[in-house]
Amino acid sequence: MEIKNNDKISNFQLFFAIIEKLNSFFIHINLHNMITFSEVSKRYPGGYQALNQVNFHLKQGDMVFLTGHSGAGKTTLLRLIALIEHNTSGQIVVNGQNLSRLPTNRIPYLRRRIGMTFQEHRLLFDRTVFDNVALPLIIAGLRHQEIRRRVRAALDKVGLLNKEKSYPITLSAGQQQRVGIARAVINKPPILLADEPTGNLDPALAKEIMRLFMQFNQVGVTVLIASHALGLIKSMGRRTLILQQGNLIGDTYPRR
Amino acid sequence: MNHSTHPPISHRKAKPPPRNAWLMHYLYLLFSSLGLIVRTPLPSLMTAAVIGIALALPTGLYLLLENVQQVSSGWGGAAQISLFIKQEIDNKQVHALADQLYQHPDISSVQVITPTEALEEYRTLSGFGESLDALEHNPLPAVLVIQPITNEEITTQNLLNSLKQLREVEVAQFDMLWLKRLLAMMEIVRRGVLILAILLALAVLLVIGNTIRLAIYNRRDEIEIYKLVGATDAFIRRPFLFTGFWYGLFGGFIAWLFVNTSFWFLQGPVKQLTTLYYSQFELLTLNVLSSSMLLLSGASLGLAGAWLAVGRHLREIQPR
Ligand SMILES: Nc1ncnc2c1ncn2[C@@H]1O[C@H](COP(=O)(O)OP(=O)(O)OP(=O)(O)O)[C@@H](O)[C@H]1O
Ligand SMILES: [Mg+2]
Repeated sequence: MEIKNNDKISNFQLFFAIIEKLNSFFIHINLHNMITFSEVSKRYPGGYQALNQVNFHLKQGDMVFLTGHSGAGKTTLLRLIALIEHNTSGQIVVNGQNLSRLPTNRIPYLRRRIGMTFQEHRLLFDRTVFDNVALPLIIAGLRHQEIRRRVRAALDKVGLLNKEKSYPITLSAGQQQRVGIARAVINKPPILLADEPTGNLDPALAKEIMRLFMQFNQVGVTVLIASHALGLIKSMGRRTLILQQGNLIGDTYPRR
Repeated sequence: MNHSTHPPISHRKAKPPPRNAWLMHYLYLLFSSLGLIVRTPLPSLMTAAVIGIALALPTGLYLLLENVQQVSSGWGGAAQISLFIKQEIDNKQVHALADQLYQHPDISSVQVITPTEALEEYRTLSGFGESLDALEHNPLPAVLVIQPITNEEITTQNLLNSLKQLREVEVAQFDMLWLKRLLAMMEIVRRGVLILAILLALAVLLVIGNTIRLAIYNRRDEIEIYKLVGATDAFIRRPFLFTGFWYGLFGGFIAWLFVNTSFWFLQGPVKQLTTLYYSQFELLTLNVLSSSMLLLSGASLGLAGAWLAVGRHLREIQPR
């Protein structure tokens, strides 16, 4: 009896071993992890422990929210992914690249593959909206006509085509936010990190922007959105990471 | 675009952008950096003027040296030896002696000045003119002007001594010994100018470096944003290099103006002075070659200064 039972288990194990093998075979094609945090901690130079042994991973094509109280470490976490800050311990792997082993001169290329929107927008105030959105394409050295075409398409998506020639200073906070979003997605990055993207938007516009993120996600972009807007997050019905005092206290999947 | 597969970042080779796009980008940078300089005319002009003065000084001194050199070469260049021939030797014998001396290994050329020619020359230079006609016969000796092969002290001295021994020679002496001394002095001055030029080139590097440093810190936010969206250091460095280039070029142009006006200012008195001695003298000024050298060295000093400054300060600026 017992022997038979054991046999069953090993059959099971064999089955999973084969699946595992197949998985690792096809891992580069689909199911591979886009962002992996293993025991990641971040202590700022002042001594403040902003993140504490955080573990999670995002698969390619995931759309995940990151929430938590103000000062919980959401921005810090996003900044670690784009190497704006370096983690003090643990390991971060982005798109197969271990960030602690990424040479400094490769950091720009990492950032080109990560579209990022910032809480405080980070726009160039002496450039037009068009020039701001075009920036990643100019850096990539695209042809002028191509830049024009893509920038207009992106501005159209965020509903700011008529503001093309305006300066950011003349825009409302929500409009500036959308310029930042257009800039983040213009180079079609495989990863999109959005820090408080709906902070200054009215509910209708916030929904609109979320729909935009979902569109990107549907074509395979991995999206991580830091947000306070619990209602909005709930209505989206997506996986949510919850930070508290730098600890990851929740990784909830929506019940379907 | 299909996002379903994404090879790891490190393995992805960036597709080289079209060449034409780079060219456009460079042209854009060239003119946009010029635009930035022109937009703040007064501070830019002051910087360029400082660079201009620093470049004008060694250039002007160098040009002065060239002129002195030209004068001295007009007057016979290096040490020559004049052989005054005894009165009793006739023209034929003088020429024979000249031919014989021409074979001498230490002599590069021999010029014969017959008494008649000497008198002619004296007549035109002294301005006595007709009064010389009153002379019953020519009191001047024939002269052989010897150009030694080298300027070397010992060789020419030995040559002089051996020429003194010649039967036909009354007196043998170095021509224009003072000129030789002047040339030796000029070598010292030349080196002084070289040292000055190096020091002032360093000053230009520092001035441009400092200007670029300020420009970098003024655009700190912009640089941070560029870095955030994935600009390489090379990309961020480029506009500053162009700025340095323009400052250097304008500095060179201002130096050119300084030197040319100064020499134009000197032209009158120099002309008066030189007609007294040497009528063919033409004051050397900056020609096409030296002008372009001046502009080129200004521009490259600008580039180098910018490069040094940018390399150091870009590293310090990291995005927040
Ligand atoms: N550069 C820094 N130096 C020192 N401490 C910092 C720095 N940046 C953030 N912190 C600290 O780290 C903690 C987490 O900050 P973070 O910006 O990640 O919070 P957050 O979750 O994004 O908050 P918010 O919702 O207000 O944007 C905060 O307590 C903050 O004081
Ligand atoms: Mg934040």
